[in-house]
Amino acid sequence: MPETDLPETDPIATDVIYQTEALIAEDIDAYLEQHQHKTMLRFITCGSVDDGKSTLIGRLLYDSKMIFEDQLAALESDSKKVGTQGQEIDFALLVDGLAAEREQGITIDVAYRFFNTEKRKFIVADCPGHEQYTRNMVTGASTADLAVILIDARKGVLVQTRRHSYLCHLIGIRNIVLAVNKMDLIDYDQARYDAIVADYAAFARSIGIESFTAMPISGFKGDNITAHSANTPWYMGPTLVEHLETVEVLSSIDAEKPFRMPVQWVNRPNLDFRGFSGLIATGVVKPGDEIRVLPSGKTSKVTRVVTLDGDLDQGVAGQSVTVCLADEVDCSRGDVISFSDNPPQAADQFEATLVWLNDEAMLPGRAYWLKLATQTVSATVQQPKYVVNVNTMEHLAAKTLDLNAIGVAELATDKPLVFESYADNRTLGGFVLIDKMTNATVAAGMLNFSLRRAQNVHWQALDISREAHATLKNQTPKVLWFTGLSGSGKSTIANMVEKRLHAVGKHTFLLDGDNVRHGLNKDLGFTEADRIENIRRVGEVARLMTDAGLIVLTAFISPFQAEREMVCSLMVPGEFVEIFVDTPLDVAEARDVKGLYKKARSGQLKNFTGIDSPYEAPENPEFRVDTTRETPEAAAERIVNALLGWAPQI
Amino acid sequence: MSKMVHRQTLTHLERLESEAIHIMREVVAEATNPVMLYSVGKDSAVMLHLARKAFYPSPPPFPLLHVDTTWKFQAMYELRNKMAAESGMELLVYQNAEAAEKGINPFDHGSLHTDMWKTEGLKQALDKHGFDAAFGGARRDEEKSRAKERIFSFRTASHGWDPKNQRPELWNLYNARKNTKVGGGGESIRVFPISNWTELDIWQYIHLNDVPIVPLYFADERPTYQWEGQLFMADDIPRLEKVLGYRPEITMKSVRFRTLGCFPLTGAVESTAKTLPEVIQETLLTTTSERQGRVIDKDAGGAGMEVKKQQGYF
Repeated sequence: MPETDLPETDPIATDVIYQTEALIAEDIDAYLEQHQHKTMLRFITCGSVDDGKSTLIGRLLYDSKMIFEDQLAALESDSKKVGTQGQEIDFALLVDGLAAEREQGITIDVAYRFFNTEKRKFIVADCPGHEQYTRNMVTGASTADLAVILIDARKGVLVQTRRHSYLCHLIGIRNIVLAVNKMDLIDYDQARYDAIVADYAAFARSIGIESFTAMPISGFKGDNITAHSANTPWYMGPTLVEHLETVEVLSSIDAEKPFRMPVQWVNRPNLDFRGFSGLIATGVVKPGDEIRVLPSGKTSKVTRVVTLDGDLDQGVAGQSVTVCLADEVDCSRGDVISFSDNPPQAADQFEATLVWLNDEAMLPGRAYWLKLATQTVSATVQQPKYVVNVNTMEHLAAKTLDLNAIGVAELATDKPLVFESYADNRTLGGFVLIDKMTNATVAAGMLNFSLRRAQNVHWQALDISREAHATLKNQTPKVLWFTGLSGSGKSTIANMVEKRLHAVGKHTFLLDGDNVRHGLNKDLGFTEADRIENIRRVGEVARLMTDAGLIVLTAFISPFQAEREMVCSLMVPGEFVEIFVDTPLDVAEARDVKGLYKKARSGQLKNFTGIDSPYEAPENPEFRVDTTRETPEAAAERIVNALLGWAPQI
Repeated sequence: MSKMVHRQTLTHLERLESEAIHIMREVVAEATNPVMLYSVGKDSAVMLHLARKAFYPSPPPFPLLHVDTTWKFQAMYELRNKMAAESGMELLVYQNAEAAEKGINPFDHGSLHTDMWKTEGLKQALDKHGFDAAFGGARRDEEKSRAKERIFSFRTASHGWDPKNQRPELWNLYNARKNTKVGGGGESIRVFPISNWTELDIWQYIHLNDVPIVPLYFADERPTYQWEGQLFMADDIPRLEKVLGYRPEITMKSVRFRTLGCFPLTGAVESTAKTLPEVIQETLLTTTSERQGRVIDKDAGGAGMEVKKQQGYF
């Protein structure tokens, strides 16, 4: 059809690309009918620029006519300017999208590409190959049904081949294609190809990959991509595209599993309708099915599967639906609807495999948000059991997880999670960790199993309750949490508050840095991780003391917002009172009661808050004491009066 | 889609539809004040249809926002008002007052027209209503930098995009937590539920679901004129004459549009495709990508759209 302003292109090249499928031109309705019934396969390509990965993807787009003439014209001119193939088309330029990538000639991020064949629509996640981009590869692999692992035929199985294979296997990809690329550069030598495949097979077995499909290809020349190549008469297997068109997709495997649907949203337009909306993770649901809502365990029956186009007689894995139930059961976002038989379990302690995605290393003991399906809880991760060297698969000891590290660790959540192991259910086993301060997604994780002690250790039911302890003391338990820089006056004010409370007959106890660090926490130093553990233990002790009915005062620098929030979350709501002793750094440093600032400035003391370690000021403290304007006595008076006024019974 | 899903394997369109609905519901569950950008084009039409499906029988629980340049085709304004009424959603129309005052137009001001009316207008509208999440109909197949953009794409308080600092998105888990500031003015999110759709998917979906679209997508005899080497439709001849300072030579031609924006910036193509299958057929047989008729991608060399997005373009 006529278009305005088209650049001149080589007529021969145009013919090759645009020999459009006859069906489109002759019978568009038949073509649309065929296209309508296509299934979708998502796959990832692993390998570095050197392996010809971008060239292969460019080739797939080119051969399936996904490159338009204006794009081709731009490609041809770019190829001559910055291409690496001389006067020939550099397909890699088609797929390396961001400006920085084009300049440096590398692929940094994950890019998604689309093409169709007669049978399927494909989404390709194009991922970078270098070790520093492990996180990008894991991201691309998380939605993939299949992985194409590229090998340069001249080089054979390399460290990076092993790394890519391990990561794909880790993320649960069962269909692996070993594409031995650049066969043209080794003269299509069958013996060398066979040796590479045998080498890879031995490695694959060693990491638990049960099967893979190997094929000799050339992305640059097009051998065995869409058509069987005359250059490899000895190869009897499918072409790459034939294979991609026929492998089983993940969602049809998921449909065979028991029904599970995490509830996203409760649909309640009026009093007569109440539906539960979600994406079916596994299985099939039909009206009449007996279901169970988790974690409550309440049972009911499905009455309708509702859509705008009318009710469905069934909903299947991968489908977004709205389900109505026969009974008024309590069910909201985060709950999981499952078949009543054999439902998933809930637990609050797990072993998980983590992939660290952030520049800031994991801090054992710090609380992160954990999002799994539609559930969001607070979670703390223990020191890793081990990290995996992704090149050798060795297990190594480690104290933390750095960017791109993969490790196994135990984690605990503040509320039970409805889950299944990642191996059984990607949706109910895969999660992300989110930093509570920056809101960055810092890790991806896969639950391996729940820890027995979470299921078997029950709280000892105590005959004397915390209320009984408090009543006897005629007071409401509190934690008065003083935070501020070293030398800000926390201990001074806390002492005065305690004396005043004691004087009116209240039962109190003061925990401060020194009395705790000489005993309970003497094994801890001053690294960020140790400081977090210090605060966690103080929080737990304070919690036990409030259970005993005491008013607890603590005086710790406690510089991180996340830890203060973690302690707050341990307490009964309303019992945690944050008191920010706000003294500017220069004032605190000028006072320097213990001579610590001097040492820190001279470098004798590392990780000193305010000097070479940050202090995150509270955003909404219950009390703020500006010591440059208010004396410690006045501040103590104000706090005590307010406390007694708030709760006259203390 | 088909009412009888007896197969266990969903088709690609069913999977794409379910993915988009899942994304829309996540936003409604986690954002405080979402909005759907509505530009009246075919992608917007599909987005609106998906939103109605996602929340049925409730109406979509957010308003539609049209950032208007005053230069859209008349047929677009008509369909916009009709669809908003039919869906039961609130329609917000925003026009940048400064652009109106300065008389910014596509003929005299080139790319400033897009900057002022669309980029600035969008920022002002989002700030005015305090929207923390805005649905957009961008697709990854449209342009190279879009191919790398996340489905949940975070913007700074000044609406900038940092391609190197995007949050990883694994499985179908979306982290919708924004950094807010006391008193407002924190991050906001642009959400792209149809990221994984292609132009063909959009057309096929419209075809299968009878989604109403602007008639300009179908060929008809229309008044056209040539400007800077391209063919345009003279949608409002008196206004054209006023801005150009002369009356362009009008020729009646059978034309249609592959994409719809401001009428003086959207090139028409000569065509006889009067039905959806014919339009799809033409699309598949064509030799240029759909954005070819748009001026915005070609600015600043190969990185035009990437630069525009860093500045806050949708």
